[in-house]
Amino acid sequence: MSEQHIKLPDGSIEKQTSTLNLGPTHPATHGVFQNIMEMDGERIVSATPTVGYIHRAFEKIAERRPYYQITPLTDRLNYCSAPINNMGWHLTVEKLLGIQTPKRVDYLRVIIMELARITDHLICNSVIGVDSGAFTGFLYVMQYRELVYEIYEEVCGSRLTTNIGRVGGFERNFTPVAFQKIEKFLAEYPAVLKEFENLFTRNRIFMERTQGVGGITAERAMNYGFTGPNLRATGVDYDVRIANPYCSYEDFEFSIPVGTTGDTYDRFLVRNAEQWQSLHIIRQAMDKLKSLPEDVYHADVPAYYLPDKSDVYTKMEALIYHFKIVMGETDILPGELYNPVEGANGELGFYLISDGGRSPYRLHFRRPCFIYYQAYPEMVQGAMLSDAIICMSSLNLIAGELDA
Amino acid sequence: MSLTNEHIKNRLAEKFGDAITNFEESFGMMSFHASKEINLKVMQFLYDEQDLQFRFLSDLTAVHYPDQKGAELAVVYHLHNFVDNVRLRFKVFTDVNTPQVFTATQIFSSANWMERETYDFFGIDFVGHPNLIRILNVDEMDYFPMRKEFPLEDQSRTDKDDEMFGRGGNTAGI
Repeated sequence: MSEQHIKLPDGSIEKQTSTLNLGPTHPATHGVFQNIMEMDGERIVSATPTVGYIHRAFEKIAERRPYYQITPLTDRLNYCSAPINNMGWHLTVEKLLGIQTPKRVDYLRVIIMELARITDHLICNSVIGVDSGAFTGFLYVMQYRELVYEIYEEVCGSRLTTNIGRVGGFERNFTPVAFQKIEKFLAEYPAVLKEFENLFTRNRIFMERTQGVGGITAERAMNYGFTGPNLRATGVDYDVRIANPYCSYEDFEFSIPVGTTGDTYDRFLVRNAEQWQSLHIIRQAMDKLKSLPEDVYHADVPAYYLPDKSDVYTKMEALIYHFKIVMGETDILPGELYNPVEGANGELGFYLISDGGRSPYRLHFRRPCFIYYQAYPEMVQGAMLSDAIICMSSLNLIAGELDA
Repeated sequence: MSLTNEHIKNRLAEKFGDAITNFEESFGMMSFHASKEINLKVMQFLYDEQDLQFRFLSDLTAVHYPDQKGAELAVVYHLHNFVDNVRLRFKVFTDVNTPQVFTATQIFSSANWMERETYDFFGIDFVGHPNLIRILNVDEMDYFPMRKEFPLEDQSRTDKDDEMFGRGGNTAGI
């Protein structure tokens, strides 16, 4: 590229730029995607992101699968908080079918979703620390993610791609051990989070690395379709849990933390503050559960809820329903809906068109990561290369969700 | 005064008249069809008017209806008004042989990649888009995989009877 074609940033000394390939497989890119950067010394003139390296055609696969088999696909979108994706899909199908879930199911789901939000935020925030050279915080909080994974394991048997729950509720009831583990987490985690905050928020190195880096104004963020912590860091208090309550979120008291400048530091603070709110919500849900009957864990909709395996072997009714659901012969109503849930990093939307068939006619995921990443070139323009890394990790990019 | 679906409908009807059709409300969200020539005008109108203010593009995607001759592809926009917290959906239909639709990138920056994705999977040619190239699939691909004429499984397979797997008849085009 010749000199006159390049628009150089003000104040650049050398009138020549170099091209730098950051990724696709680079430890700091948080997944498989490429950034072709045009550099003037250590300053970024422009960035061109390339994605699609782990595209797995989920939307196409979903057109061939019965509804309950789509849950494992949603697991693999944002794998740091898979339960939120699962529940979001179940809530969408329940809305389509008009299934009302009992309060206890809603509260159990809220507990699981908020735990997932905490794990997602703690990973993201501790990785921001790693990207600025502070490995200690990461190692420290990782063992508490382990506690949450043990809760998932107790509830559904798996840890990362949880495939938790079913259309209508949960596969089985929460065991007393699961509640003990949740109590243990609630008792231990606040002190850890406090210490984690102390380690970073007033740390001079961390502040200089993050304040004023990768900032975006509220207006541009809205125009770019930002949601979740990244939008709230700019000062807009939009949260799907408040705006369009689902899953009995209207029963809980919590506030929406917002930032002011929308830079990397604010995004970090918003995520930390949200973890406190999530802990507060789980505490409330645990209290509310005490006054509800203990044996309810799914809605009474035998035509859509997969029956218990032991019932399938012993009861004729259960066998028939099991067969009908598995073979895709249950009646699915035709309809078209867009159902958003508050994912850990933004509005996760499910756009579902059913023509009454066994599989969705069309299923589209509105994936927040995909929306954020297109703003990335604008956010890092004129910044240093090291700022580009920390800006990317503070956007909480998950390649699985970016590419679907 | 909170914004009602009825009010939006009346405002659109008085501005665009017959160009906007098929008003319906499903699951609490209003949806309508617009002709593809005025998609930007409708969006700009919804964006600018003081009592409407749909300034957030939640989602943009497309749907393929192979049986609707002359209107096979639908581009679907989901708009959101943050102030009154109202969402709406509108669709524009286009012929599969002339899939030209105006780009929304001038109004919403977020439309950029969403339109590239829609082009990648459905082949909708967004007129005026700054960088309309494939995004998730490889550049060499010469077809649009989310269209219904590209089924997931090889249709010449004879070792498997789909009827036995509950898949007969309901998935049109597959």
